[in-house]
Amino acid sequence: MDGGVTSAAVVAEAPRSSTSAPRSGPVLRFAGVGKTYDDGTVAVSDVSLTVAAGEIVSIVGPSGCGKSTLLRVASGLMAPSEGRVERDAPEIGFVFQDPTLLPWRSVRRNVELLCELRGMARGERTRRAAEMIELVGLGGFERYRPRALSGGMRMRVSLARSLATHPELFLFDEPFAALDEITRERLNDQLLDIFVRERFGALFITHAVTEAVYLAGTVLVMSSRPGTLVGRVQVPFPYPRSAELRFDPAFVAVVQEVAHALRTGTP
Amino acid sequence: MSSTARTVGRAVRLSGPPTVVFAAFIGLWLLLSHVVLDADKRFLLPPPTDVVRVGILDGENLREVLDGLWSTTRVALVGLGLAGGSGVALAVLMSQRRWIERSLYPYAVALQTIPILALVPLIGFWFGFEFRSRVLVCVLIAVFPMITNTLFGIQSVDPELRQLFVLHGAGPLTRLRKLELPAALPSVFTALRTSAGLSVVGAIVGDFFFRQGEPGIGRLIDLYRARLQSEQLLTAIVLSSLLGLVVFWGFGLLARVVVGGWHQSAGGRGAG
Repeated sequence: MDGGVTSAAVVAEAPRSSTSAPRSGPVLRFAGVGKTYDDGTVAVSDVSLTVAAGEIVSIVGPSGCGKSTLLRVASGLMAPSEGRVERDAPEIGFVFQDPTLLPWRSVRRNVELLCELRGMARGERTRRAAEMIELVGLGGFERYRPRALSGGMRMRVSLARSLATHPELFLFDEPFAALDEITRERLNDQLLDIFVRERFGALFITHAVTEAVYLAGTVLVMSSRPGTLVGRVQVPFPYPRSAELRFDPAFVAVVQEVAHALRTGTP
Repeated sequence: MSSTARTVGRAVRLSGPPTVVFAAFIGLWLLLSHVVLDADKRFLLPPPTDVVRVGILDGENLREVLDGLWSTTRVALVGLGLAGGSGVALAVLMSQRRWIERSLYPYAVALQTIPILALVPLIGFWFGFEFRSRVLVCVLIAVFPMITNTLFGIQSVDPELRQLFVLHGAGPLTRLRKLELPAALPSVFTALRTSAGLSVVGAIVGDFFFRQGEPGIGRLIDLYRARLQSEQLLTAIVLSSLLGLVVFWGFGLLARVVVGGWHQSAGGRGAG
């Protein structure tokens, strides 16, 4: 089943910083991707999409529309049944709806985890962890265990953990869905701040329309049974975006367009 | 209220009720021994004062009971160690390969359902009546909770965490070391506490049946019963109950020290 997956990850991981220019070209490309499970359930059907380097593409859709399957196929954890998946991202960040932290590790050791699994030297991973913990605004909490933190803080640890590996491609599986509205908006702002600095490519899955529009340059609308893309809306606002954008009539118009596409299944 | 006063108040609130129950229990005991039982039947339940005088204050009697208790404890601890080691090892094997789990699990369950007591004579028949047979009885009784709890702990690992490890290139050994075993630790400690109690029971039962080799507390209990030495009999029973309690508390404490910092069941605080 692996035949359809090409990993064109030949570019050596270049050290990136806020000053270096973002790479161009897609980090992820789906061409007619479908996934049918062994029991005959068609989870995803005929999905084609492109995520360019330094671009956030969000996917909105009702729950149970195969969004999670799509992400697993994108990450390479699952092979597609049909179509092709091309990935040009040596390092992938995967952020789940739950923070999925190791409860026995401190914040710092949790953030170090993925670098540790990659065999990175202790000094380097400690340095990166410290930097990412500052970046997500958790300085001072390095020694806390996850259970001492709020839901929003745990999510930021989860984010820092993936950021520490400097992924070229981020896959977000409804990461803020379990959080309250206020925390979610704050994390959206923070994520965009980090995005402006790090410029990763990202596929962001959510069922919140405002969130999808606020974060992304392109919003894809998905229908369920089988999950397939039924709409595509460009979001014309440049980064950095400010929190006030949410009240801009032009922004609200885009949100309405996406909401309409979601309701009717066609744009 | 000062903090010391609060601490004292808390201690009284916590230890008060059980102390009252204990006093009532001793009172009932005294009443039964002195008032209900005639003097010629008093050997059925000697008063607590006699138990303490004969069983504990008499150095030679006490040493006999303590020696027996120590012998039993050694058997129980070695048995528990082996049950713990083999139980965790089997659970790890079962967790890594589905077919191993499918092959072995029914027999682990069978081990739990056949009455080990019925096997004890056979074990003595095959392996003798000494230390190793007694240890074997402990292992057979204590291994099942170790296997099931550890397996449950490993299988309860969040599948998304497992995916995350796979995605970042972690092989089965790394996953076991950095994810599955630490995640299973609270379950392992729960199992250790259960198995420790079972192992003590196994050691006493083995001793009771084998009646050979170094006498443990089981045989002493039987001996005191036969000789109608009820003061010593009660001393032996109380001390072996205490052994079970100490073992239970000991493993509870160990669990709190090891996993209490992050796991709910063991208590403790979040920040570390």
